Amino acid sequence: MSNEHKVLLTIPMHPDMELAAAKTGSVLAEMSDFNEEAVEEIQLAIIETCINASEHSQSEDKEVHIQFLVTDDQLEVKITDRGVGITADTLDGTRLLGRPSVHPDLRKRGRGLQIIRALMDEVVIESSPSGTTVSFTKKKTPI
Amino acid sequence: MLDKFDIQIREAEEHAVIETAGYLNDALGEQLAEKAQELIQNGCTQLVINLEKTTLINSIGISILIEIIEALGEREGSLNFCGLSATQERTFRMMAIAKYAGIFPDEESAIANL
Repeated sequence: MSNEHKVLLTIPMHPDMELAAAKTGSVLAEMSDFNEEAVEEIQLAIIETCINASEHSQSEDKEVHIQFLVTDDQLEVKITDRGVGITADTLDGTRLLGRPSVHPDLRKRGRGLQIIRALMDEVVIESSPSGTTVSFTKKKTPI
Repeated sequence: MLDKFDIQIREAEEHAVIETAGYLNDALGEQLAEKAQELIQNGCTQLVINLEKTTLINSIGISILIEIIEALGEREGSLNFCGLSATQERTFRMMAIAKYAGIFPDEESAIANL
């Protein structure tokens, strides 16, 4: 029989509150014997997703809801805001470029989702005018 | 993870080392950018940023590091990083930072390769 643990957390959209979510994720990952590198990757994905929610959701309740689901072989994180949803240009980062860079490949903003996609095994984004949920999964690497 | 953030600067004749501690976000990043700009404006364009005590770097922190790289590029300076975790190094390479700044395992080699 598999072990499955669900943890729910709600954080306000205040500066550095993403660290509370990242800390929760790191504790759960460490308890589940994820290696040190995977723990850091999970923390970074949580931070980037929470920052995106805070910066772009325009959520009236100013809250980010996080669900952690730990199973024997993976950690799944679902991060939800009740904002206005995100558009395709936000998803690919083109709306968030900021000032043009001297070096064209050194894009300053809009890289959060790229980081999340690179570090996690699966990423799913569901967005509508009533909110956005970013779900990602990190699978455990056998030691 | 919640280590207090801090910036230490060690200046030598030909270079300076900036050591950051804590969570490199917009708050620490802005302080770091300010210190780096001061050094650059005073003619110190050979910099090492030691991230050994920097537990996490978010994408806003990375964007500030890119601004420092660009400021140094305008003065024909150079920047090397050291003390990165495996995840930080992977992120830097993914974001093309490694094309414009060196990445070294320790401060000694980062200084030697400026």
